[in-house]
Amino acid sequence: MKLRISAYGIARDIMNGSSTDMDLTEVKSTGDLKNYLIDTYPAFKDLLSFSLAVHEEYREDDYLLNDGDEVVIIPPVSGG
Amino acid sequence: MIDIQIKADPLDVEISYRQVVDAAAGGNVQFIGTVRDQTKGKKVMRLEFEAYEPMAIKEMTKIAHYITEKWSAIHVSIHHRVGTLKIEDIAVIISISTPHRQAAFEACQYAIDTLKETVPIWKKEVFEDGEVWVAAHP
Repeated sequence: MKLRISAYGIARDIMNGSSTDMDLTEVKSTGDLKNYLIDTYPAFKDLLSFSLAVHEEYREDDYLLNDGDEVVIIPPVSGG
Repeated sequence: MIDIQIKADPLDVEISYRQVVDAAAGGNVQFIGTVRDQTKGKKVMRLEFEAYEPMAIKEMTKIAHYITEKWSAIHVSIHHRVGTLKIEDIAVIISISTPHRQAAFEACQYAIDTLKETVPIWKKEVFEDGEVWVAAHP
């Protein structure tokens, strides 16, 4: 599955860039993608938490991804 | 009326207040979040804010709609700044008008608490000897 991964805040630092394209055969859901990210970038494990957004909405781990989706990594927010 | 904005330019308290004034409103509550000069005794030089803008606008709009329903708010204005802010600069202004004061206080408290939990905006504190993404680690 081809995905565009975008990252903000500390997630961008961890991935060393704001946006990257990935082709991941084993990934079907947002939960799968989270596991892949933690395996590939262990620093994600040290965060308080992180969420994934697709189509500008937070998604639970069982959300099924589609080919070509843009997934945005949302590390702990700190606005205000 | 609901007005949600993310701006790189300085925020204006008077403009936000004027947006919510209404003949039917007896209570107007405004929350103004500003940049503090220290964190746990460490001197802060500046803050750098960034937002995932389309989703941040969407999440702030959800907050405003909820407030309008639950507290019968007449007008809700939420303005958030992004970019580099110095000490005492305004990071966020929330203005809410309701028929009576109690609802305006409660709604405003809800708005800033929820914004800090759900809206995809991040701030980095820059110290003399380094920088930290706020709230990122346990």
